[in-house]
Amino acid sequence: MSYSNKVKDLYVNQLKDIKSAGIYKEERFIHSSQAADIEVEFPRGSDLKNVINMCANNYLGLSSHPEVLKAAHEGLDTRGYGMSSVRFICGTQDIHRELENKVTEFLGTEDTILFPSCMDANAGVFEALLTSEDIMISDRLVHASIIDGMRLCSAEHDTFKHSNMEHLEQKLQLHADKRIKMVITDGVFSMDGDLAKLDEMVKLCQKYDALLFVDDSHSSGFIGKTGRGTHEHCGVMGKIDIITTTFGKALGGASGGCVSGRKEIVEMCRQKARPYLFSNTISPVVVAGVLKVFEILSQSTERRDKLENNTNFWRKGLSDAGFVLKEGNSPIVPVMLFNAKLSQDFSKDLFNLGIYAIGFFFPVVPNGQARIRTQISAGHEMHHLEKALDAFIKVGKKYGILGLTKQEIIDKYGL
Amino acid sequence: MYTDFRRHLQSELNKIEEAGLYKKERIIGSPQAAEIELTDGSRVLNFCANNYLGLSNSPGLIKAAKEALDTHGYGMSSVRFICGTSDLHKELEEKISEFFGTEDTILYAACFDANGGLFEPLLTSEDAIISDVLNHASIIDGVRLCKARRYRYENADMEDLESRLAAAQEQRFRIIVTDGVFSMDGNVAPLDKILALAEKYRAMVMVDESHSAGVVGKTGRGITELFNARAKVEIITGTLGKAFGGAIGGFTTGKKEIIDMLRQRSRPYLFSNSIPPLVAAAGIRMIDMMTETNDLQDRLHHNTSYFVNRMSELGFDIKPTQSAICAVMLYDARLAQELAARLLDEGIYVIGFYYPVVPKDEARIRVQLSAAHEQEHLDKAIKAFEKIGKELKVIQ
Amino acid sequence: MEDIKDLVLNYVINEYQEDEDDEITYDTPLISSGFVDSFSMVSLKVFLEKKFNISIPDEEATPEAFDSVNKIVDLVNGYLEKK
Repeated sequence: MSYSNKVKDLYVNQLKDIKSAGIYKEERFIHSSQAADIEVEFPRGSDLKNVINMCANNYLGLSSHPEVLKAAHEGLDTRGYGMSSVRFICGTQDIHRELENKVTEFLGTEDTILFPSCMDANAGVFEALLTSEDIMISDRLVHASIIDGMRLCSAEHDTFKHSNMEHLEQKLQLHADKRIKMVITDGVFSMDGDLAKLDEMVKLCQKYDALLFVDDSHSSGFIGKTGRGTHEHCGVMGKIDIITTTFGKALGGASGGCVSGRKEIVEMCRQKARPYLFSNTISPVVVAGVLKVFEILSQSTERRDKLENNTNFWRKGLSDAGFVLKEGNSPIVPVMLFNAKLSQDFSKDLFNLGIYAIGFFFPVVPNGQARIRTQISAGHEMHHLEKALDAFIKVGKKYGILGLTKQEIIDKYGL
Repeated sequence: MYTDFRRHLQSELNKIEEAGLYKKERIIGSPQAAEIELTDGSRVLNFCANNYLGLSNSPGLIKAAKEALDTHGYGMSSVRFICGTSDLHKELEEKISEFFGTEDTILYAACFDANGGLFEPLLTSEDAIISDVLNHASIIDGVRLCKARRYRYENADMEDLESRLAAAQEQRFRIIVTDGVFSMDGNVAPLDKILALAEKYRAMVMVDESHSAGVVGKTGRGITELFNARAKVEIITGTLGKAFGGAIGGFTTGKKEIIDMLRQRSRPYLFSNSIPPLVAAAGIRMIDMMTETNDLQDRLHHNTSYFVNRMSELGFDIKPTQSAICAVMLYDARLAQELAARLLDEGIYVIGFYYPVVPKDEARIRVQLSAAHEQEHLDKAIKAFEKIGKELKVIQ
Repeated sequence: MEDIKDLVLNYVINEYQEDEDDEITYDTPLISSGFVDSFSMVSLKVFLEKKFNISIPDEEATPEAFDSVNKIVDLVNGYLEKK
């Protein structure tokens, strides 16, 4: 080994830079189940603090739902703990196929293939389907895992301005000569909470003979009247060629993802997608939990309806109080602060008031667009939201930003 | 919009099938164990799982997982740096560091992700990665995502490695990357020689212990134990999806600053949930079990040498192995498939591997031993190999 | 000279400006400020190569070299002179 001081110093200095730029990520240790009320140790070694969680992807409040826990217990009893193998050797149980069928039915697609995570689904899907004769045209704000997937694929790639249909059309015209054109977007964009214009995108894809790919990780289970996702909301169910999504957010939140869509596309992924071929699939206990999640969701829309009501209350409350919000239709409600340091200070003050919400800043969001991203859950009761709102208003007053416009906040705190 | 593409995919799929490479999945209706139940109701002995220590259905791990379900719920619904870190994650990271004698550890959703997200945060186009040609697909993908200059050397070939190292002296940093155990042959990387070359040519060393952690070395600490090189490599990656319980999850363990950098910059870590708390809890229990007693490792080592010796005595051509992987060489692809199919009729589940998974004309059956195999399981498998081997004239 | 500058500026505005409020000038940092993410930078490189019939090796196409219209024009001019 030759871990010289030269190597070590390089990393030490880079870490120092990250810290002095104020973008060092520190983890907070949660000692309880994921829920509206959680017990947090932060900083490490300090006493546990009870806080209201406003930043989980636990949209439907199912991460520690008693029925899901019960199903996981039973899954451990009947299916054991691990598979110790990949799918095509000896790592496939009947419940894996059952879950694939369940997802297909829920999303209204032709077939589904499970992956260890949606990150892996996105990382593997493009290379399995496309070659250098093809083109991937992606929205500029798609998730990092899609970008990694595209980087691993030899097809050409191009991007279009966020949700800008004219720009997308220009790009479809520009690349008209390519064998296969695939348009790639998130269903709900994770940092802004806005929805892709899937109805318009379907039309454009039909006009220019392109495939449409949607990552619905931040929508499956709650967007659309019955929670099927962005395609349901936009009235284009059955018209999306490829949907990827995760079980790691609303759908129980443990782990796992999938590619769902056209039959041959799924079949090709089973033969060629590297993270599928070379990694264990979702463990049986997690599968058992997700199966229960789908059962709960197909029984009633109560949870997504509650989530919608909670979101409306929260959005209106913040807006009435005079915060600048990103417009949107999802339970992701970004409170815009623009200045990176302000977003961190704001988050810290909220934490002291018992509210857990994280500030995001460049490079996670564009420069000068720092924000607190709040995420609403069906697990939130009115008293949680009221307490959180009080805290936001208190901190907002402290920094004197209530009622200010974007420009006024920028004038006050800089970018 | 989909019609042309459908036609294209169908023809591609036909090609895969015609080449005999179409992967079909066998569906299991029971927990993973030495004996499993297929959906047609038949029971077979499993000799193709990575269930080396037999922990996939371990009551101890299941108990730990259940307790964590009760105390920490089912999912975290978040990534580590937002609100997806539980105290169990931290505890497991510390346990893994202790187990390997390293400075710090970072968990990933899978070892595929650990390897996929390892290189890009650490190395740039000024650096060099020198990688064994037989390294796992996930290492290859990780290297593809990194801008560092790539060098490949023939499997465990130290002369070739040395020439690549010499060629890479212009680069700022160099790292030698190798699997601990190569999954198709079962041979271990010659770590002592690799370390000597690393010293001579000022390179770091990364070992993927996925098939060796829990398996290789007297107490299952992997190839760093086998070569008496504990804490001498900079980076170890490994999986919780094989010997260590078999559910899911991976890790990178090694130098403190490296792990710290990965926590800040490694994309699969930043953009994907970690393992669920129940898997972390079972991982903690697993390491405790392996520290309390060496029974499982001992049994695995016994089973492996018993099986390899008996098979060699019968006249089978076995690749030299220092792991729990025993490659029974058939060379001919059709013969390997035939033998595997006939063994399944005898209640023995093994898989034939052939080109392009292994080199042309090197078809084989890969047998994977487990501490869960009882003496009678081994004897039954050996007997079946003997019977079918004679019928197919593989042995006299 | 001015032609190249305006051509590149117009391309950058048309291609990358998401918000009308954001002003992009010859000196506006593009990559380090996040106007252009490193992934989208590839299409900028392809545009320059096609438009000016040059070839920019990957080592030269660094985020630093692409960080403003002025820098991009310098880079392009370097290749045009070599031709």
